[in-house]
Parts: sequence; structure tokens; C-alpha cells
Amino acid sequence: MTEKVGVYICHCGSNIAGKVDVEGLAKWAGEELEGVVISRDYKFMCSSLGQELIEEDIKKEGLTRVVVGACSPHLHEKTFRRACSNAGMNPYLCQMASLREQVSWVTEDKAAADVKARALIAGAVRRVQLHESLEPTEVPVNPATLVVGAGITGIQAALEIAEAGHKVFLVEREPSIGGHMAQFDKTFPTLDCSACILTPKMSDVGQHENITLLSYAEVEEVKGFVGSFNVRVRKKARYVVEEDCTGCGICIEKCPKKVVDEVFEVGMGKRKAIYRPFPQAVPKYPVLDTANCTYFLKGTCKACEKFCPTNAIDFEQQDTYLDLDVGNIILATGFDTFDARRIPQYGYGRLPNVFTSLEFERLCNAAGPTDGKIVLRDGVTEPKSIALVHCVGSRDEHYNPYCSAVCCMAALKFGHLVMEKTAAEVTSFYIDLRTPAKGYEEFYDRLLEEGMKFVRGKVGEVSDAARLPGEEGKLIVQVEDTLLGKQRRIPFDMVVLMTALEPRFDAKEVGLRFGISCSMQGWFTERHPKLDPVATMTDGIFICGVCQGPKDIPASVAQGAAAAARVQGMISRGTVLIEPIVATIHAEHCSGCRICNNLCPYNAIEFKLEEGVSFINQALCKGCGTCVAACPAQAITGAHFNNQQIVAELEGLLYDAARGTQGAPKPVAVPA
Amino acid sequence: MSDERFEPKIVAFLCNWCSYRAADLAGTARMKYQPNIRTIRVMCSGRVDPTFILKAFSLGADGVMIAGCHPGECHYLVQNYKAMRRYEMLRHTLLAMGVEDHRLRLQWASAAEGNALAAAINQMIDQVRALGPLDWPRFWHENAGHQEAIARLPHEHAEALEVSA
Repeated sequence: MTEKVGVYICHCGSNIAGKVDVEGLAKWAGEELEGVVISRDYKFMCSSLGQELIEEDIKKEGLTRVVVGACSPHLHEKTFRRACSNAGMNPYLCQMASLREQVSWVTEDKAAADVKARALIAGAVRRVQLHESLEPTEVPVNPATLVVGAGITGIQAALEIAEAGHKVFLVEREPSIGGHMAQFDKTFPTLDCSACILTPKMSDVGQHENITLLSYAEVEEVKGFVGSFNVRVRKKARYVVEEDCTGCGICIEKCPKKVVDEVFEVGMGKRKAIYRPFPQAVPKYPVLDTANCTYFLKGTCKACEKFCPTNAIDFEQQDTYLDLDVGNIILATGFDTFDARRIPQYGYGRLPNVFTSLEFERLCNAAGPTDGKIVLRDGVTEPKSIALVHCVGSRDEHYNPYCSAVCCMAALKFGHLVMEKTAAEVTSFYIDLRTPAKGYEEFYDRLLEEGMKFVRGKVGEVSDAARLPGEEGKLIVQVEDTLLGKQRRIPFDMVVLMTALEPRFDAKEVGLRFGISCSMQGWFTERHPKLDPVATMTDGIFICGVCQGPKDIPASVAQGAAAAARVQGMISRGTVLIEPIVATIHAEHCSGCRICNNLCPYNAIEFKLEEGVSFINQALCKGCGTCVAACPAQAITGAHFNNQQIVAELEGLLYDAARGTQGAPKPVAVPA
Repeated sequence: MSDERFEPKIVAFLCNWCSYRAADLAGTARMKYQPNIRTIRVMCSGRVDPTFILKAFSLGADGVMIAGCHPGECHYLVQNYKAMRRYEMLRHTLLAMGVEDHRLRLQWASAAEGNALAAAINQMIDQVRALGPLDWPRFWHENAGHQEAIARLPHEHAEALEVSA
């Protein structure tokens, strides 16, 4: 081989040097590995001095390949590629070996660490010599953006982008935007009225010239790639012609059919068969619910049509499909709440006066089913004592191991509202109280002063079986008070279960549709948990709010704005570079067997009938390499991961095992 | 040398998106695992050509691990299912060739499962250590006359088919 390889071993302070003999490794690589002309070690390769070292060697020594033994390529591959590029070398002619994450940090024994480090360097050196120069493709970024989910997070993201002067398509599954925040009464810890701060933003969205609001709609299909996605949106039939409807609400008034509202009022209140979820709904157009509409069930009624002053009711309306072209996509799909019926010992659904936290929000809400009166399920009796049960479905290995992050503060808020609105005593049953943000601990102190009671212990059971005097007709909370070290039975009139936040029921499906991954639970996975929290592994697709993991309103809004900022960055740059790691079919070797055709989930491979060969559309190829591995004729090469490169890396990795095999590197004695 | 513990050499193909990041996480969290594993990063477990695994064995690996995203979590949507199919077929082939089951392992590890990956690596190393060396290169050497043997095969086959009168 004629390539001149430079090997650079990073000490990473003592992170690598503390375990691996870095000087020895550099010396060994320079002496023993074929092709290596320079081998150095340096304190911090990623520093500007370290990078200059590489740049100078490329210029002065005429290096044609570079190997950096340092941290994970996910951390600094870009850094070293840029350094090579600065010195006039193609950035793809550089290879990293992860000596830190894969050797020094995970290995106990120093001698063993040396052996493993040598193997990784040998693999990288052999591989890099077969690297090819690659050029990323530059594609334009469509300035229009799709935002999916119009809760507070999606609203914030959409408004930020629209305010910056760019077109936004905002898709919402429900008839109105607003999300969960629209259901809340007050927001902790400031006790702002939720509707008062949300509805102005909702109407901004409704009126914004740059926002196209598609409510009662869902994304059905996503094609394309960063910069130019094609999205198919299904707009469900409202049976109300939006162009003609003035939102006067006469149809709602005249509709004779009342049904329980399971979505917005969580079963606590009623709505009509033609309805708006709540008075301030945006858009103002009602939706006709065909499952309950008398006309759709029995063929007669049409009261709404008769009374509509603008003839906006259309019983024949069909779902419509819209094809949108966008450059970036923001997902803000939010959460579902934990179904408290899954914990039968808490009695939800069986004991009428056990409520969920979302039901209690509706009870507290002045626009809710009880006009803001906190009353028992009978609708009249004011409770004299209320228990708030924390961690219902959170921090519980049977349901969800994680902390839902908002319930402690919501319980404190409920405590305040109960004491403000009623004379009831309120007790919180907690495992740990978590108040880790601005003003939260102070709010907890305030509730302690206001007289809220706290019992530390996870509730074992909520029952109506009275055993002791004073328990008749009450709900008895059975708990181990871990501060007293005692089992206690405490009777209450009302029990509120602080239910966990869970990923949307269809989060995994949605993830697949947009080509992003989910955690085991179903939260969308960010590119980096700390340093890249709103980007995903798929370029051009961003996530924000609770769909990424439980968080409160301030954090969700911050993420919504962050995702918008990232998208605006993409728009103002105007173009985006696409990794050249794609597969190519060499027509002269292709036998036209079509084995590869069905392997591609992106439909990037098509069969050219006239020529009898398959062809890869590189704009659609994402570079997974599955077709490369499947081709029986080896007619497909995967750029940067071709067969020769991978086999060369294997040979290097097994440098000390491959004795006597033809073509293997010369054996090297393993240090004792 | 002979009374020393056998230290297997295991090659692991890690997918770029989940399992390589799990390995990164194991590192960041300073989880210690045995050093007998040497990793190759590929974009997807679907990239792992079964011949790479045979090649690794023939180069002296005692075991090969393929690690990818959990089913349903593949960065490329469904390509890990293809890795799974290939793994099953290759496993049967290897078994038929006398290569023990534990020498080839398919491991799912999400980017958050550094501990699961480290535990799987440790378990596999222990299992392969118990099996002892595979040493395919040595067998190539011992079977130096294999080319002639292959050349003889059709002849032997024809002879076996001949029915004596």
C-alpha cells in the first residue's frame, strides 16, 4: 500500500493515559503497523494545538490518511474531519478509534487495556488505507415547516417560526388546539390561570398569516429527507364547511343530543353531538361526531343544518388529503395520562369518589363541569377531607420506572386550590417531594405554611371497607408512614390519584412514520440527552415537549422555542449537507436478481426493466447498508462501509489472532 | 502459557445508532467489562454480511457479537429484523458446522442500555471462555490438503451413486 498514515493518540488528560500506555501505543503503531509514517501522542488531540499538529503533518509530511485514537467518533469525528479538511485532505480519509469509551473507561486491567487499544488502532490503520474521498451533497432547505401537535409546546414552536417570517403548517389531531394545558385550571407555582395565558397564544396561532392551522387532522405519510419532506395529511371530515362557518354556535345550541365528553372533560361533563371542546377553541368551527349524531344513527334530525344561518353543515363531507412540502418537521405530540384503573387497589372506576388528577383539574376549573366547585361525584357534596396520592403509575417498577416530573408540584397546586375554595383538609401522600425548579421549593414552603398535611409513604390501598369507628361512608387510605415507621388507616371523603404521564398510545407508530426512534417506554429519543436535546437522529426532524420525556410547562415551552430556533437556523442557512454514506449498484455486476429490491424501507431501490438491473436513488438512500450485505453478486457498495474496508478492519482488530492467515498483518508479540 | 486462563477474542459489530451509543454510555458511566471484545462500528445491524462473521472466525475470532437497536426501534425502521433473519440462518449453519451456539450472539441494546450491553458482553465472554478456543486458522493449516479433498468430491459422489450390477 502506498498510503501515508498518521496515527495520533490522545491522552485525554488522564482519561486515556491513566489506563493505556499512550506513548508505548504510539511507538508501537509507528514501528509495527504497515503504512504508518508518523505516530504521535498528545495531551489533548481535540484542542486547537492538537488539531494543528495533524494539519501541519498533513501539509509538511504529505500524509494521505489520518487515524485518531481518542474518544468516541460520536463526540469528535467532526472535529478531526474538519482539521483534515482545513489541511486540504478529504475529511472522509480520517478514522477514529474509540480508546476512551471502549478501552480506558471500561477496562480494569492496564495490560489488557494496552492489548485492546492496539487492536483498535490496528483495525483503524488497516481500514483507513482503503477509505475513499467522499463529498457530501448540498440540498436546498424548503423554508416551510411542519409542526405536529398543537399543545403549548407546538404552539410556541409554530409562533416562533411564523414570527420570524416563515410558513408553518400546524397539524393537530383534536378539533381544537391547546392540548392538555387548555384543560388545566391554574399553573404552578405562580398560580396563573392556565386559560388566561394560553388562549391569547391560541388566537395568535389562529390569526397568524404565516400559520396554516390543520386541526382535526393527522399526518398519514412522510416521504423525502431533510430540506424537502413530502407529507400527506388527512383532514378528517368535520361535516362543517370551514369557509362558510362563522362559528356562531347556533348548531351546538340546537343539537338535541347530549353525550359524555370523554376527551376534554375526561368523562366529567357533557357536550353535544356537534361540538367545540371548549368555548375558546381555535379554530372556532365545530365538529360533528358521527358516532353520536342522531342523523347519522337514525337518518333524521338535521337540526344543525336547519338552523345554520350560513348553510355550513355538510353531511356528505369526506376526509380530505393534503400534500405538503416542508423542509423541517417538529414533533410536539405530548402525552397520555396513566389509566388509573390499572392499579385496582386504588379503586379508581369502582369507588366513585376516587378521582384522577386530570378529573380534579376539570373540577377546579371555573369553566369546568362544576363551574369550579370542588364537589364529590354526586355533584353537590363538598368534601371535608381530601387525600392526594402521589406516584400513581410513576416510580413503580410494575408500571413506569421513571418520575413523571410534574405531579408533586401539581399536588401542591391542588392543595392550595382546595384550601382556597373549600374548608377541606388536604393531605399529600408522597414518596419524595420533588420541587427542582425556580420558585418550586418556595411554593412548597408556602403550602406548609398554609396548612397542607404531608404523609411520607406510598399508599397501599384505597378502600371503602370500614373497620374502625369514624370510617363509615369514607374512603380509607392505607399507608405505611415511613417517618413514623407505622401502618396507618386514614379516612377521607375524596381521593385524588396523581397519575403518571405516559407516551402517547401510538408514539411508536408515529416514531416509525417519521423515522425517529423511541425509548423502551415510548418517549422519542433525542440526538444527545444533554447537548442536543431537541434534534433527533434523523436530520430535519426535531422533538420538543413531553413527547421527549415528562416535563412541566416552562420546560416544554423552552424546548418548543429551542426546536424553532434550530429550524430557523436551517432555514437561514438555506442549504443542508447530506452525508455521502449511501449505497451504489454497479450495473455491470448486477444480475437483476432483485433480491435487494424489497429490502429497502425507503423504496430507494428500483428495478430498471429495460436494462435488467436495479438502481439506487441516492437522494432516498439513508445508508444503512442492508442491501450491500444482501447482494449475492457484491454488485452494491456502501460508501465508507464497503466490504473491503470492513474486512480490513476485522484483520486489524484480530492482528494478534490471525497468525498464518494469508494477507494478515505480521504477528506481534502480546505484552506480558 | 498453558496453565494461564484462556482469553477469547471476540469481535462485535455495533450499529451506529443504538448499540454503539450504548457502548459509549457504558464508557461514560465507567461500567467495567472484560477487555476481550473488539468492536466494529457499522451503520446498521442490517449491514452485517454473514460472510463478515465467517471471515472473523477464519481470522481467529473465538466469538462474534452482532448488536443492534431493539426490534421496532431501528434507526432505519426495520433493518434489524433483516439482521435477525440472517443471524438465525447463520446460527443454524454454524451449528451444523460444529461451531457452538454461544460463539455467535445477537444482542439488542438501545442507546440507553449501556449496562445491558456491558452485561451481555461479560456473559458472552464467559461463555466463550468456557468453550475454549475456536482456532479456525489452525484448522485451515491442519487441513492443508483440503483443495485436493474438494477436487476429489465429485468423483466420490459419482462412485457412491453407481449401483453395482
